[in-house]
Amino acid sequence: MYAETLKQLASDLRGKRCSSVELTTCYLDRMERCGTLNAFITIDADFSLDQARAADRLLENGDSRPLTGIPIAHKDIFCTQGMLTTCGSKILHNFTPPYDATLIGRCKEQGMVSLGKTNMDEFAMGSSNETSYFGPVKNPWDKNKVPGGSSGGSAATVAARLAAAATGTDTGGSVRQPAALCGITGLKPTYGRVSRYGMIAFASSLDQGGVLTQSAEDAALLLNVIAGFDPKDSTSVDEPVPDYTGDLSKDLTGLRIGLPKQYFDEGLASSVEQSTREALSVLEKLGARLIDIDLPNSELCVPCYYVIAPSEASSNLSRFDGVRYGYRSELYDDLVDMYMRTRSEGFGDEVKRRIMIGTYALSAGYYDAYYLKAQKLRRLITQDFELAFEQCDVIMGPTTPTPAFELGAKISDPISMYLNDIYTISANLSGLPGVSIPAGFVDGLPTGLQIIGPYFSESCLLNVGHRFQMETDWHKRIPGGFE
Amino acid sequence: MALDRQTVLKIARLARIRVDEVDINRYASELSTILEFVEQMEQVDTNNVAPLSHPQDRLLRMREDKVTEDDQREVVQAVAPATENGLYLVPKVIE
Repeated sequence: MYAETLKQLASDLRGKRCSSVELTTCYLDRMERCGTLNAFITIDADFSLDQARAADRLLENGDSRPLTGIPIAHKDIFCTQGMLTTCGSKILHNFTPPYDATLIGRCKEQGMVSLGKTNMDEFAMGSSNETSYFGPVKNPWDKNKVPGGSSGGSAATVAARLAAAATGTDTGGSVRQPAALCGITGLKPTYGRVSRYGMIAFASSLDQGGVLTQSAEDAALLLNVIAGFDPKDSTSVDEPVPDYTGDLSKDLTGLRIGLPKQYFDEGLASSVEQSTREALSVLEKLGARLIDIDLPNSELCVPCYYVIAPSEASSNLSRFDGVRYGYRSELYDDLVDMYMRTRSEGFGDEVKRRIMIGTYALSAGYYDAYYLKAQKLRRLITQDFELAFEQCDVIMGPTTPTPAFELGAKISDPISMYLNDIYTISANLSGLPGVSIPAGFVDGLPTGLQIIGPYFSESCLLNVGHRFQMETDWHKRIPGGFE
Repeated sequence: MALDRQTVLKIARLARIRVDEVDINRYASELSTILEFVEQMEQVDTNNVAPLSHPQDRLLRMREDKVTEDDQREVVQAVAPATENGLYLVPKVIE
Protein backbone atom coordinates (compact mmCIF):
# COMPACT_ATOMS: atom_id res chain seq x y z
CA MET A 1 0.00 0.00 0.00
CA TYR A 2 2.65 2.49 1.10
CA ALA A 3 4.70 1.97 -2.05
CA GLU A 4 1.83 2.87 -4.35
CA THR A 5 1.78 6.02 -6.41
CA LEU A 6 -0.75 8.81 -5.98
CA LYS A 7 -2.48 7.51 -9.08
CA GLN A 8 -2.82 3.98 -7.68
CA LEU A 9 -3.84 5.18 -4.22
CA ALA A 10 -6.50 7.50 -5.62
CA SER A 11 -7.93 4.55 -7.52
CA ASP A 12 -7.79 2.29 -4.44
CA LEU A 13 -9.58 4.87 -2.31
CA ARG A 14 -12.32 5.47 -4.86
CA GLY A 15 -12.65 1.73 -5.44
CA LYS A 16 -12.97 1.21 -1.66
CA ARG A 17 -10.03 -1.20 -1.63
CA CYS A 18 -8.68 0.78 1.29
CA SER A 19 -9.72 3.73 3.43
CA SER A 20 -7.90 6.96 4.12
CA VAL A 21 -7.71 5.97 7.80
CA GLU A 22 -5.98 2.68 6.88
CA LEU A 23 -3.54 4.48 4.59
CA THR A 24 -2.82 7.25 7.07
CA THR A 25 -2.28 4.76 9.91
CA CYS A 26 0.10 2.81 7.72
CA TYR A 27 2.22 5.88 6.95
CA LEU A 28 2.17 7.10 10.56
CA ASP A 29 3.53 3.69 11.64
CA ARG A 30 6.28 3.81 9.05
CA MET A 31 7.18 7.37 10.04
CA GLU A 32 7.59 6.24 13.62
CA ARG A 33 9.67 3.19 12.75
CA CYS A 34 11.89 5.24 10.46
CA GLY A 35 12.44 8.06 12.92
CA THR A 36 16.23 7.82 12.62
CA LEU A 37 16.02 9.48 9.21
CA ASN A 38 14.94 12.61 11.12
CA ALA A 39 12.76 13.55 8.17
CA PHE A 40 10.01 15.15 10.26
CA ILE A 41 9.98 18.09 12.65
CA THR A 42 6.31 17.90 13.67
CA ILE A 43 3.88 14.98 13.63
CA ASP A 44 0.38 15.04 15.10
CA ALA A 45 -1.12 11.59 14.60
CA ASP A 46 -4.53 12.47 16.06
CA PHE A 47 -4.86 15.46 13.77
CA SER A 48 -3.88 13.36 10.76
CA LEU A 49 -6.40 10.67 11.64
CA ASP A 50 -9.16 13.28 12.09
CA GLN A 51 -8.46 14.51 8.58
CA ALA A 52 -8.46 10.93 7.30
CA ARG A 53 -11.86 10.27 8.87
CA ALA A 54 -13.24 13.43 7.28
CA ALA A 55 -11.81 12.34 3.94
CA ASP A 56 -13.37 8.88 4.26
CA ARG A 57 -16.75 10.57 4.82
CA LEU A 58 -16.29 12.59 1.63
CA LEU A 59 -15.33 9.45 -0.28
CA GLU A 60 -18.40 7.70 1.13
CA ASN A 61 -20.75 10.48 0.02
CA GLY A 62 -19.27 10.59 -3.44
CA ASP A 63 -18.16 14.17 -2.67
CA SER A 64 -14.54 13.48 -3.31
CA ARG A 65 -11.92 15.10 -5.56
CA PRO A 66 -9.08 13.36 -7.41
CA LEU A 67 -6.68 13.26 -4.43
CA THR A 68 -9.15 13.16 -1.52
CA GLY A 69 -7.91 10.99 1.32
CA ILE A 70 -4.31 10.82 0.15
CA PRO A 71 -1.75 11.42 2.92
CA ILE A 72 1.13 13.77 2.12
CA ALA A 73 3.84 15.57 4.03
CA HIS A 74 4.53 19.31 3.91
CA LYS A 75 7.87 21.09 4.12
CA ASP A 76 8.01 23.05 7.37
CA ILE A 77 8.21 26.31 5.44
CA PHE A 78 4.47 26.40 4.72
CA CYS A 79 2.38 28.05 7.42
CA THR A 80 -0.10 25.57 8.82
CA GLN A 81 -2.81 27.00 11.04
CA GLY A 82 -2.61 25.66 14.58
CA MET A 83 0.44 23.54 13.81
CA LEU A 84 4.03 24.43 14.59
CA THR A 85 5.89 25.95 11.61
CA THR A 86 9.59 26.35 12.30
CA CYS A 87 11.31 26.79 8.95
CA GLY A 88 14.04 24.56 10.45
CA SER A 89 15.07 27.42 12.74
CA LYS A 90 15.43 28.12 16.46
CA ILE A 91 14.02 31.58 15.86
CA LEU A 92 10.67 30.00 14.95
CA HIS A 93 10.92 26.90 17.13
CA ASN A 94 7.79 28.01 19.01
CA PHE A 95 5.82 29.59 16.18
CA THR A 96 2.27 28.41 15.51
CA PRO A 97 0.80 30.35 12.59
CA PRO A 98 -2.74 31.67 12.84
CA TYR A 99 -3.37 30.91 9.18
CA ASP A 100 -2.74 28.38 6.40
CA ALA A 101 -0.55 29.00 3.39
CA THR A 102 -2.57 29.00 0.16
CA LEU A 103 -0.82 25.79 -0.93
CA ILE A 104 -1.88 24.12 2.34
CA GLY A 105 -5.43 25.43 1.90
CA ARG A 106 -5.66 23.96 -1.59
CA CYS A 107 -4.54 20.53 -0.35
CA LYS A 108 -7.13 20.77 2.44
CA GLU A 109 -9.90 21.71 -0.01
CA GLN A 110 -8.92 18.65 -1.97
CA GLY A 111 -9.45 16.59 1.20
CA MET A 112 -5.86 15.46 1.40
CA VAL A 113 -4.42 14.36 4.75
CA SER A 114 -1.38 16.09 6.20
CA LEU A 115 1.05 13.65 7.83
CA GLY A 116 3.17 16.40 9.36
CA LYS A 117 5.91 18.95 8.68
CA THR A 118 9.16 17.86 7.18
CA ASN A 119 12.66 18.83 8.18
CA MET A 120 14.59 21.31 6.05
CA ASP A 121 17.71 23.44 5.92
CA GLU A 122 17.20 26.52 8.08
CA PHE A 123 15.19 29.13 6.17
CA ALA A 124 15.71 27.01 3.06
CA MET A 125 19.39 27.96 2.99
CA GLY A 126 21.37 24.88 2.20
CA SER A 127 21.91 21.96 -0.16
CA SER A 128 22.28 19.13 2.34
CA ASN A 129 19.66 19.53 5.10
CA GLU A 130 22.54 19.91 7.58
CA THR A 131 21.77 23.46 8.68
CA SER A 132 18.46 22.61 10.36
CA TYR A 133 18.15 23.53 14.03
CA PHE A 134 16.47 20.15 14.42
CA GLY A 135 19.44 18.14 13.18
CA PRO A 136 20.35 16.73 9.77
CA VAL A 137 18.19 14.41 7.71
CA LYS A 138 19.74 11.13 6.54
CA ASN A 139 19.56 9.86 2.97
CA PRO A 140 17.49 6.64 3.00
CA TRP A 141 19.84 5.13 0.37
CA ASP A 142 22.83 5.52 2.71
CA LYS A 143 22.40 6.96 6.18
CA ASN A 144 25.93 8.38 6.15
CA LYS A 145 25.04 10.56 3.22
CA VAL A 146 23.04 13.75 2.89
CA PRO A 147 19.58 13.69 1.28
CA GLY A 148 20.22 17.07 -0.35
CA GLY A 149 18.49 20.30 0.56
CA SER A 150 16.83 22.39 1.45
CA SER A 151 13.77 20.09 1.03
CA GLY A 152 15.77 17.14 2.41
CA GLY A 153 13.06 15.98 4.80
CA SER A 154 10.44 15.91 2.05
CA ALA A 155 12.79 14.07 -0.32
CA ALA A 156 13.80 11.45 2.25
CA THR A 157 10.12 11.00 3.18
CA VAL A 158 9.04 10.19 -0.37
CA ALA A 159 12.12 8.06 -1.14
CA ALA A 160 11.51 5.94 1.97
CA ARG A 161 7.79 5.82 1.17
CA LEU A 162 6.85 7.42 4.48
CA ALA A 163 4.27 9.44 2.54
CA ALA A 164 2.77 9.17 -0.92
CA ALA A 165 4.20 12.57 -1.89
CA ALA A 166 5.48 15.77 -0.30
CA THR A 167 5.61 19.48 -0.92
CA GLY A 168 8.80 21.51 -1.02
CA THR A 169 10.21 24.85 -2.10
CA ASP A 170 12.92 25.59 -4.62
CA THR A 171 14.96 28.81 -4.59
CA GLY A 172 18.26 27.56 -6.07
CA GLY A 173 17.43 23.89 -6.57
CA SER A 174 15.95 22.90 -3.24
CA VAL A 175 13.29 20.59 -4.70
CA ARG A 176 15.22 19.25 -7.71
CA GLN A 177 18.58 18.59 -6.05
CA PRO A 178 17.27 16.54 -3.08
CA ALA A 179 14.94 14.72 -5.49
CA ALA A 180 17.99 13.73 -7.53
CA LEU A 181 20.04 12.66 -4.50
CA CYS A 182 17.13 10.61 -3.15
CA GLY A 183 16.06 8.98 -6.41
CA ILE A 184 12.65 10.60 -6.77
CA THR A 185 10.88 13.12 -9.01
CA GLY A 186 11.03 16.79 -8.04
CA LEU A 187 9.31 19.64 -9.87
CA LYS A 188 9.88 23.38 -9.59
CA PRO A 189 7.13 25.14 -11.53
CA THR A 190 7.45 28.43 -13.42
CA TYR A 191 7.89 31.41 -11.10
CA GLY A 192 4.42 32.64 -10.25
CA ARG A 193 2.66 29.33 -10.98
CA VAL A 194 2.23 28.34 -7.33
CA SER A 195 1.19 30.87 -4.70
CA ARG A 196 3.81 32.02 -2.20
CA TYR A 197 1.21 33.28 0.28
CA GLY A 198 2.03 31.68 3.63
CA MET A 199 5.31 30.27 2.34
CA ILE A 200 8.00 31.72 4.59
CA ALA A 201 10.09 33.90 2.30
CA PHE A 202 13.78 33.35 1.66
CA ALA A 203 14.39 35.13 -1.68
CA SER A 204 11.17 36.55 -3.04
CA SER A 205 12.11 36.70 -6.72
CA LEU A 206 13.46 33.14 -6.72
CA ASP A 207 11.28 31.11 -4.31
CA GLN A 208 8.70 28.76 -5.75
CA GLY A 209 6.61 26.01 -4.17
CA GLY A 210 7.09 22.60 -5.74
CA VAL A 211 6.36 18.89 -5.38
CA LEU A 212 8.36 15.75 -4.62
CA THR A 213 6.73 12.56 -5.86
CA GLN A 214 7.44 9.03 -7.02
CA SER A 215 6.74 9.85 -10.66
CA ALA A 216 6.11 12.55 -13.24
CA GLU A 217 2.48 11.43 -13.38
CA ASP A 218 2.12 11.96 -9.64
CA ALA A 219 3.78 15.36 -9.97
CA ALA A 220 1.15 16.29 -12.55
CA LEU A 221 -1.67 15.16 -10.25
CA LEU A 222 -0.32 17.20 -7.33
CA LEU A 223 0.50 20.24 -9.45
CA ASN A 224 -3.15 20.26 -10.56
CA VAL A 225 -4.05 20.82 -6.89
CA ILE A 226 -1.57 23.53 -5.96
CA ALA A 227 -1.14 25.56 -9.15
CA GLY A 228 -3.18 28.61 -9.96
CA PHE A 229 -3.64 32.33 -9.50
CA ASP A 230 -3.88 33.65 -5.94
CA PRO A 231 -4.92 37.28 -5.38
CA LYS A 232 -3.11 37.17 -2.01
CA ASP A 233 0.29 36.75 -3.73
CA SER A 234 1.24 39.82 -5.75
CA THR A 235 3.70 37.75 -7.79
CA SER A 236 1.14 35.08 -8.63
CA VAL A 237 0.54 34.85 -12.37
CA ASP A 238 -3.00 34.80 -13.72
CA GLU A 239 -2.37 32.09 -16.25
CA PRO A 240 -4.93 29.29 -16.76
CA VAL A 241 -4.13 25.92 -15.19
CA PRO A 242 -4.35 23.06 -17.69
CA ASP A 243 -4.88 19.47 -16.60
CA TYR A 244 -1.22 18.58 -16.21
CA THR A 245 -2.00 14.89 -16.75
CA GLY A 246 -3.46 15.63 -20.20
CA ASP A 247 -0.29 15.40 -22.30
CA LEU A 248 1.66 12.86 -20.26
CA SER A 249 1.65 10.13 -22.90
CA LYS A 250 2.27 12.31 -25.93
CA ASP A 251 4.69 10.91 -28.46
CA LEU A 252 8.22 12.34 -28.24
CA THR A 253 9.13 12.00 -31.93
CA GLY A 254 10.87 15.13 -33.08
CA LEU A 255 11.37 16.54 -29.59
CA ARG A 256 14.51 18.70 -29.69
CA ILE A 257 16.57 18.27 -26.52
CA GLY A 258 19.23 20.93 -25.99
CA LEU A 259 22.37 19.81 -24.12
CA PRO A 260 24.37 22.79 -22.86
CA LYS A 261 28.08 22.10 -23.19
CA GLN A 262 28.53 23.94 -19.88
CA TYR A 263 26.56 21.19 -18.11
CA PHE A 264 28.99 18.51 -19.33
CA ASP A 265 32.38 19.98 -18.47
CA GLU A 266 35.10 19.09 -15.90
CA GLY A 267 32.82 20.05 -13.03
CA LEU A 268 30.67 16.96 -13.71
CA ALA A 269 31.69 13.62 -12.18
CA SER A 270 32.35 11.20 -15.05
CA SER A 271 30.16 8.52 -13.47
CA VAL A 272 27.23 10.94 -13.38
CA GLU A 273 27.96 11.99 -16.97
CA GLN A 274 27.80 8.39 -18.08
CA SER A 275 24.54 7.81 -16.25
CA THR A 276 23.10 11.00 -17.78
CA ARG A 277 24.11 10.10 -21.34
CA GLU A 278 22.62 6.61 -20.97
CA ALA A 279 19.37 8.20 -19.84
CA LEU A 280 19.42 10.57 -22.80
CA SER A 281 19.84 7.66 -25.20
CA VAL A 282 16.53 6.25 -23.90
CA LEU A 283 14.89 9.47 -25.05
CA GLU A 284 16.66 9.27 -28.40
CA LYS A 285 15.17 5.81 -28.91
CA LEU A 286 11.76 7.38 -28.28
CA GLY A 287 12.34 9.71 -31.20
CA ALA A 288 13.90 12.74 -29.54
CA ARG A 289 16.84 14.56 -31.09
CA LEU A 290 19.87 15.67 -29.03
CA ILE A 291 21.27 19.08 -29.97
CA ASP A 292 24.39 20.70 -28.53
CA ILE A 293 23.69 24.20 -27.29
CA ASP A 294 25.55 26.98 -25.57
CA LEU A 295 24.54 28.82 -22.40
CA PRO A 296 27.56 31.13 -22.28
CA ASN A 297 26.80 32.83 -18.96
CA SER A 298 26.12 29.54 -17.16
CA GLU A 299 29.32 29.57 -15.17
CA LEU A 300 28.36 32.79 -13.50
CA CYS A 301 25.00 31.53 -12.25
CA VAL A 302 26.38 30.53 -8.88
CA PRO A 303 28.10 33.84 -8.02
CA CYS A 304 25.12 35.75 -9.39
CA TYR A 305 22.71 33.75 -7.21
CA TYR A 306 24.91 34.10 -4.15
CA VAL A 307 24.52 37.86 -4.34
CA ILE A 308 20.81 38.03 -5.20
CA ALA A 309 19.54 35.35 -2.83
CA PRO A 310 21.37 36.58 0.28
CA SER A 311 20.39 40.17 -0.55
CA GLU A 312 16.72 39.31 -0.73
CA ALA A 313 17.09 37.09 2.33
CA SER A 314 18.64 39.90 4.36
CA SER A 315 15.53 41.92 3.66
CA ASN A 316 13.03 39.10 4.23
CA LEU A 317 14.63 37.91 7.45
CA SER A 318 14.68 41.36 9.00
CA ARG A 319 11.18 40.66 10.29
CA PHE A 320 12.58 38.12 12.77
CA ASP A 321 13.31 40.44 15.67
CA GLY A 322 11.66 38.82 18.68
CA VAL A 323 8.87 41.42 18.84
CA ARG A 324 5.77 39.85 17.35
CA TYR A 325 6.49 36.11 17.22
CA GLY A 326 9.19 33.51 17.60
CA TYR A 327 12.24 33.38 19.81
CA ARG A 328 13.22 36.35 21.95
CA SER A 329 16.51 36.47 23.78
CA GLU A 330 16.26 36.33 27.57
CA LEU A 331 18.79 38.98 28.57
CA TYR A 332 19.23 42.32 26.87
CA ASP A 333 20.01 45.92 27.76
CA ASP A 334 17.84 47.83 25.33
CA LEU A 335 15.82 47.41 22.15
CA VAL A 336 18.74 47.25 19.73
CA ASP A 337 20.50 44.82 22.03
CA MET A 338 17.33 42.70 22.11
CA TYR A 339 17.24 42.60 18.31
CA MET A 340 20.94 41.77 18.06
CA ARG A 341 20.96 39.02 20.66
CA THR A 342 17.67 37.50 19.49
CA ARG A 343 18.91 37.26 15.94
CA SER A 344 22.41 36.12 16.82
CA GLU A 345 21.08 33.41 19.14
CA GLY A 346 18.08 32.49 17.01
CA PHE A 347 19.74 32.11 13.61
CA GLY A 348 22.27 29.44 12.66
CA ASP A 349 25.68 30.11 11.08
CA GLU A 350 24.73 29.73 7.42
CA VAL A 351 21.71 32.03 7.81
CA LYS A 352 23.80 34.67 9.55
CA ARG A 353 26.48 34.39 6.86
CA ARG A 354 23.94 34.97 4.13
CA ILE A 355 22.22 37.84 5.91
CA MET A 356 25.60 39.54 6.33
CA ILE A 357 26.59 39.02 2.67
CA GLY A 358 23.21 40.34 1.61
CA THR A 359 23.43 43.34 3.91
CA TYR A 360 26.86 44.18 2.52
CA ALA A 361 25.76 43.76 -1.11
CA LEU A 362 22.84 46.11 -0.58
CA SER A 363 24.65 48.70 1.48
CA ALA A 364 25.51 52.19 0.28
CA GLY A 365 28.58 52.15 -1.90
CA TYR A 366 28.31 48.46 -2.74
CA TYR A 367 24.79 48.14 -4.18
CA ASP A 368 25.90 48.86 -7.76
CA ALA A 369 28.95 46.61 -7.71
CA TYR A 370 27.14 43.63 -6.26
CA TYR A 371 23.31 43.60 -6.29
CA LEU A 372 22.75 45.68 -9.41
CA LYS A 373 25.56 43.87 -11.24
CA ALA A 374 24.01 40.53 -10.33
CA GLN A 375 20.57 41.59 -11.58
CA LYS A 376 22.11 42.62 -14.92
CA LEU A 377 23.91 39.31 -15.17
CA ARG A 378 20.59 37.68 -14.37
CA ARG A 379 19.10 39.24 -17.49
CA LEU A 380 21.97 37.88 -19.61
CA ILE A 381 21.52 34.41 -18.12
CA THR A 382 17.80 34.58 -18.92
CA GLN A 383 18.50 35.76 -22.47
CA ASP A 384 20.81 32.76 -22.99
CA PHE A 385 17.79 30.53 -22.35
CA GLU A 386 15.51 32.54 -24.65
CA LEU A 387 18.01 32.12 -27.47
CA ALA A 388 18.50 28.44 -26.70
CA PHE A 389 14.76 27.77 -26.83
CA GLU A 390 14.77 28.93 -30.43
CA GLN A 391 16.82 25.84 -31.24
CA CYS A 392 15.29 23.29 -28.87
CA ASP A 393 12.09 22.45 -27.02
CA VAL A 394 13.62 21.45 -23.69
CA ILE A 395 17.07 21.70 -22.14
CA MET A 396 18.48 18.72 -20.29
CA GLY A 397 21.47 17.60 -18.32
CA PRO A 398 22.44 16.17 -14.96
CA THR A 399 20.63 17.69 -11.97
CA THR A 400 23.74 17.57 -9.77
CA PRO A 401 27.50 17.24 -10.44
CA THR A 402 27.85 14.30 -8.05
CA PRO A 403 25.60 11.87 -6.20
CA ALA A 404 24.92 12.34 -2.47
CA PHE A 405 28.00 13.23 -0.42
CA GLU A 406 28.92 12.33 3.17
CA LEU A 407 27.25 14.12 6.05
CA GLY A 408 29.72 16.69 7.32
CA ALA A 409 31.86 16.66 4.17
CA LYS A 410 31.00 20.13 2.90
CA ILE A 411 29.42 21.95 5.81
CA SER A 412 32.64 23.82 6.68
CA ASP A 413 33.26 24.88 3.10
CA PRO A 414 30.39 27.12 1.95
CA ILE A 415 31.65 27.55 -1.62
CA SER A 416 31.98 23.82 -2.12
CA MET A 417 28.42 23.44 -0.81
CA TYR A 418 27.15 26.21 -3.11
CA LEU A 419 28.61 24.48 -6.18
CA ASN A 420 26.12 21.62 -5.74
CA ASP A 421 23.51 23.91 -7.22
CA ILE A 422 25.43 24.65 -10.39
CA TYR A 423 22.88 23.12 -12.75
CA THR A 424 19.73 24.04 -10.90
CA ILE A 425 20.23 27.71 -10.06
CA SER A 426 19.73 29.08 -13.57
CA ALA A 427 16.09 27.98 -13.62
CA ASN A 428 15.43 30.05 -10.49
CA LEU A 429 17.27 33.11 -11.82
CA SER A 430 15.29 33.00 -15.06
CA GLY A 431 12.00 31.83 -13.49
CA LEU A 432 11.79 28.81 -15.80
CA PRO A 433 10.21 25.49 -14.76
CA GLY A 434 12.45 22.49 -14.12
CA VAL A 435 12.00 18.88 -13.07
CA SER A 436 14.46 16.23 -11.92
CA ILE A 437 13.68 12.60 -12.64
CA PRO A 438 15.56 9.52 -11.41
CA ALA A 439 18.03 8.48 -14.10
CA GLY A 440 20.13 5.69 -12.66
CA PHE A 441 22.59 4.85 -9.93
CA VAL A 442 26.27 5.52 -9.28
CA ASP A 443 27.91 3.41 -6.55
CA GLY A 444 24.47 2.54 -5.19
CA LEU A 445 23.37 6.18 -5.02
CA PRO A 446 20.70 7.75 -7.23
CA THR A 447 21.36 10.35 -9.92
CA GLY A 448 18.88 12.72 -11.53
CA LEU A 449 18.20 13.94 -15.03
CA GLN A 450 17.02 17.54 -15.17
CA ILE A 451 14.57 18.88 -17.74
CA ILE A 452 14.14 22.67 -18.08
CA GLY A 453 11.50 24.19 -20.31
CA PRO A 454 10.11 27.56 -21.40
CA TYR A 455 7.72 29.46 -19.15
CA PHE A 456 4.57 27.48 -18.28
CA SER A 457 5.75 24.36 -20.12
CA GLU A 458 5.18 22.06 -17.13
CA SER A 459 2.94 19.78 -19.23
CA CYS A 460 5.79 19.24 -21.68
CA LEU A 461 8.38 18.58 -18.94
CA LEU A 462 6.10 16.06 -17.27
CA ASN A 463 5.35 14.44 -20.64
CA VAL A 464 9.07 13.85 -21.21
CA GLY A 465 9.46 12.57 -17.66
CA HIS A 466 6.48 10.25 -17.95
CA ARG A 467 7.56 8.74 -21.28
CA PHE A 468 11.05 8.17 -19.82
CA GLN A 469 9.48 6.49 -16.78
CA MET A 470 7.43 4.21 -19.01
CA GLU A 471 10.74 2.87 -20.43
CA THR A 472 12.77 2.73 -17.21
CA ASP A 473 12.16 1.67 -13.63
CA TRP A 474 14.60 3.90 -11.70
CA HIS A 475 11.64 5.74 -10.19
CA LYS A 476 10.22 2.49 -8.79
CA ARG A 477 13.31 1.57 -6.82
CA ILE A 478 13.02 1.71 -3.04
CA PRO A 479 16.05 1.98 -0.75
CA GLY A 480 17.12 -1.17 1.13
CA GLY A 481 15.34 -1.54 4.46
CA PHE A 482 12.36 0.54 3.38
CA GLU A 483 10.68 -1.86 0.93
CA MET B 1 37.73 41.93 -1.40
CA ALA B 2 39.03 41.23 2.11
CA LEU B 3 36.82 42.56 4.87
CA ASP B 4 38.34 44.24 7.88
CA ARG B 5 37.13 44.26 11.48
CA GLN B 6 35.42 47.61 11.16
CA THR B 7 33.42 46.52 8.15
CA VAL B 8 32.31 43.28 9.78
CA LEU B 9 31.06 45.19 12.81
CA LYS B 10 29.34 47.75 10.61
CA ILE B 11 27.52 45.07 8.60
CA ALA B 12 26.57 43.26 11.79
CA ARG B 13 25.07 46.42 13.18
CA LEU B 14 23.10 47.08 9.98
CA ALA B 15 21.86 43.48 10.05
CA ARG B 16 21.07 43.72 13.76
CA ILE B 17 23.13 40.62 14.47
CA ARG B 18 25.44 40.54 17.47
CA VAL B 19 28.96 39.43 16.63
CA ASP B 20 31.17 38.55 19.59
CA GLU B 21 34.82 39.60 19.62
CA VAL B 22 35.94 35.98 19.26
CA ASP B 23 33.90 35.56 16.09
CA ILE B 24 34.94 38.69 14.21
CA ASN B 25 37.92 37.12 12.47
CA ARG B 26 35.94 34.06 11.46
CA TYR B 27 33.21 36.21 9.94
CA ALA B 28 35.79 38.41 8.20
CA SER B 29 37.41 35.36 6.67
CA GLU B 30 34.20 33.55 5.65
CA LEU B 31 32.56 36.64 4.21
CA SER B 32 35.72 37.61 2.35
CA THR B 33 35.89 34.17 0.75
CA ILE B 34 32.31 34.46 -0.47
CA LEU B 35 32.83 38.01 -1.73
CA GLU B 36 35.95 36.96 -3.64
CA PHE B 37 33.95 34.13 -5.17
CA VAL B 38 31.14 36.41 -6.37
CA GLU B 39 33.60 38.91 -7.83
CA GLN B 40 33.79 36.56 -10.83
CA MET B 41 30.77 38.55 -12.04
CA GLU B 42 33.24 41.25 -13.08
CA GLN B 43 34.27 39.02 -16.01
CA VAL B 44 31.13 39.99 -17.89
CA ASP B 45 30.43 43.38 -19.43
CA THR B 46 26.96 44.47 -18.35
CA ASN B 47 27.23 48.09 -19.40
CA ASN B 48 24.11 48.34 -21.52
CA VAL B 49 22.11 45.69 -19.75
CA ALA B 50 18.99 46.49 -17.74
CA PRO B 51 18.66 44.67 -14.41
CA LEU B 52 16.12 41.84 -14.20
CA SER B 53 14.49 41.78 -10.79
CA HIS B 54 11.29 39.93 -11.60
CA PRO B 55 11.19 36.91 -13.95
CA GLN B 56 9.48 37.69 -17.24
CA ASP B 57 9.86 41.41 -16.41
CA ARG B 58 6.49 41.33 -14.73
CA LEU B 59 5.27 44.15 -12.56
CA LEU B 60 3.70 43.62 -9.18
CA ARG B 61 -0.05 43.66 -9.35
CA MET B 62 -1.88 46.52 -7.67
CA ARG B 63 -5.25 46.23 -5.97
CA GLU B 64 -8.00 48.66 -5.06
CA ASP B 65 -7.31 50.71 -1.94
CA LYS B 66 -10.18 49.17 0.01
CA VAL B 67 -10.14 47.52 3.43
CA THR B 68 -10.71 43.81 2.99
CA GLU B 69 -9.30 42.40 6.24
CA ASP B 70 -11.13 42.33 9.56
CA ASP B 71 -9.71 42.81 13.04
CA GLN B 72 -7.75 39.69 13.99
CA ARG B 73 -5.47 41.29 16.53
CA GLU B 74 -6.20 38.75 19.26
CA VAL B 75 -5.46 35.79 17.04
CA VAL B 76 -2.32 37.36 15.63
CA GLN B 77 -1.00 38.50 19.02
CA ALA B 78 -1.61 35.12 20.63
CA VAL B 79 1.88 34.05 19.50
CA ALA B 80 3.71 37.17 20.68
CA PRO B 81 6.39 36.99 23.42
CA ALA B 82 4.91 39.92 25.35
CA THR B 83 1.81 42.04 24.89
CA GLU B 84 -0.37 44.35 26.93
CA ASN B 85 -3.67 45.97 25.97
CA GLY B 86 -3.23 44.99 22.37
CA LEU B 87 0.26 46.45 22.18
CA TYR B 88 3.57 44.59 21.73
CA LEU B 89 5.94 45.06 24.66
CA VAL B 90 9.60 45.82 24.03
CA PRO B 91 12.40 47.39 26.11
CA LYS B 92 11.97 51.13 26.65
CA VAL B 93 13.09 53.20 23.69
CA ILE B 94 12.43 56.77 24.83
CA GLU B 95 14.15 58.08 27.93
